[in-house]
Amino acid sequence: MSKILMKGNEAIGEAAIRAGCLNYFAYPITPQSEVAEYLSRRMPEVGGVFLQGESEVAVSYMIFGAAACGERVFTTSSSPGISLMSEGISYIAGAQCPAVFVNIMRGGPGLGGILPSQADYLQATKGIGHGDFRMLVLAPASVQEAVEMVMMAFPLAEKYRNPVMILGDGLIGQMMEPVEFHDDLKVAPSNKDDWATNGMDTRGSDRRNLVKSLYLDPEELNAHNLHLKAKYEQMAREDVRYEAYNTDGDYEALIVSYGTMSRVCRTAIDMLKQEGVEVGMIRPQTVFPYPETAVREAAEKKSCKKVFAIEMNMGQMLEDVQRAVCGLRPVEWFGKCGGEVPTPEEVIDVVRPA
Amino acid sequence: MQNEVKLAGFGGQGIMLMGKILAHAAMEQGFEVVWIPSYGPEMRGGTAYCTVVVSDRPIGSPIIKNPRHLIAMNRPSLEKFAPTVKPGGVIFINGSLIDIDSGRDDVDELVVPIIEIAKELGNVRTANIVALAAFVARSGMVDFERLKESVKEEFKRKEKLIPLNLKALEAGRKAAQGK
Repeated sequence: MSKILMKGNEAIGEAAIRAGCLNYFAYPITPQSEVAEYLSRRMPEVGGVFLQGESEVAVSYMIFGAAACGERVFTTSSSPGISLMSEGISYIAGAQCPAVFVNIMRGGPGLGGILPSQADYLQATKGIGHGDFRMLVLAPASVQEAVEMVMMAFPLAEKYRNPVMILGDGLIGQMMEPVEFHDDLKVAPSNKDDWATNGMDTRGSDRRNLVKSLYLDPEELNAHNLHLKAKYEQMAREDVRYEAYNTDGDYEALIVSYGTMSRVCRTAIDMLKQEGVEVGMIRPQTVFPYPETAVREAAEKKSCKKVFAIEMNMGQMLEDVQRAVCGLRPVEWFGKCGGEVPTPEEVIDVVRPA
Repeated sequence: MQNEVKLAGFGGQGIMLMGKILAHAAMEQGFEVVWIPSYGPEMRGGTAYCTVVVSDRPIGSPIIKNPRHLIAMNRPSLEKFAPTVKPGGVIFINGSLIDIDSGRDDVDELVVPIIEIAKELGNVRTANIVALAAFVARSGMVDFERLKESVKEEFKRKEKLIPLNLKALEAGRKAAQGK
C-alpha cells in the first residue's frame, strides 16, 4: 500500500481500527481531540462504536466494562484527562483486563499548557493509579511508529491481560508525516473465553467467569499481587524494545532519549559527527519495561565518558538511566518544559565534550 | 539535502492547507516530509503558522528555528520571521497586504499581489493557491507538476473547484516569473 500523509492523531485512530478495535470511548482534550473527530466519522463506517463519555472518569469505566466482556477497546486523552482515568486504570489492572490508553502529553502540573511535553513519564511508568501495578508503556518517535505501536499494543494488552499505554507528546499527535498501513491485525484475542464475561452461550461453556479487583482475604490478595508481579517480570524478559543510534563504533558520550526529543538528539548527533565528534544514543521504545541492559552496556563502552538523559521534563527518566548505569559513568540531565522543545544546537552545547 | 519553509499569516488565510498541499506534493515526489502546525489557542483573525520540512533522508528534529524559506501572508509574520530565514532562501511576500520589504539583501525576495490576482480569477479565496504556486515556481522546492496533482487530490471531493484552482496555480507561476 502507498504512503498517505496523515496527522498523528488521525493515524492513531485509523491504526486502532486496523487492529480490529471497534470500541472507542473518549472525552475531547487538546492536543489529541482529532482522534475523536476522526473516529466519530470512521467508527460508524466500519460498524464500530464511538461514545463520548460525560467525563474521563466515566470513560475509564466504559473501557473497563467493554474490556471485561473481552472486546478490544481503547481511549485517547491528554495529561489531566489521563489523571482522571487513573482510578479506572487501576481497577482494570487489578481485574486483569486488556485495554489500550493513548496519552498525548501536554505540559503540567495542573492544567499546565497544551504544547508538547514529556511531563507524564513517571506517572506512566511508575504507578499511574493507586495500588501496586504497572502498565506496559510504548513511546513513539514518529507518526509511522505511533501506528505500529497502536497495532502492537492490542496483542500486548491481551498477552498480559493488562493495560498498555502509548505515551506520545503533543507533536506526535499534531504533526503530519507519511504513513503506511501494513496488514490489518487479523488475530482475535485468543484467551478471552477463559476469563471474560462474554456470555456462557457465546463461549459454549457452563462455567461462570468473574471479573473483579476485590480480594478481601489477605493471603489471596498477596497471591494475586505475586501473580501480577510475575507478569511485569515477564514483560521485562520478553517485551523490552529500544533503538540504538550511532553505537557501532566508539563514541565519547551516550544520549538516552525517547519520543520527539530523541529526533532532536538524532539531528544533534548527525551535526556533531560532521565536526568529528561521535555521540551514541539509546532510544527506549518501551519506557516500561525499561531497556536497562541496553543502556548499561552502551554506557559501559570504553570510549564513553558520560551519559545524558535528555527529555522534555525536569528529569523524570533520569532516575531510570541512573539505575541502569549503576554509577559506572557520570549521568547528567538536560531538558526543557512547558512546550519548549530543545533545539539540536542546545543539545550539542550540553553534550559536546569539553 | 533538507529544505524547510515556514508559512505564516492570519488564521483563515488558508495557511495550514497550503502547507498540507506542499507536503503532499513532496511526499509524492519521494521525499521524507513533516508538516507541523502551530496549535496554540488559535482563532480566525489570530496568527497561524506551520512548517513543512522536506528531505531526502529521515527527518530528525521537526522543530526548525531557521527555515530555508518563508511565505509571509501578513506583515506581522514578515517582521517576526524574516530575520530567521537562512541566507539564499526565498522570502515570499503577500504584496496585497504587506507594504514593507524583508529588510534582507541575502535572500531572494518575491512580492506578489495575490489578492488582486485572485479577484481577477473570480474568487478571492484562491489567493493562498496563487501564493503557493508562486513560491514553488521560484524556490523549486517541489516539481510544479506534482503540485498540480496535489491540488487536484486536495479538491477531489469538491471537483467543481479544481479548474479554478488550476487557473490560480498558473497565475501564481506567471507572477513568479514576472510575466
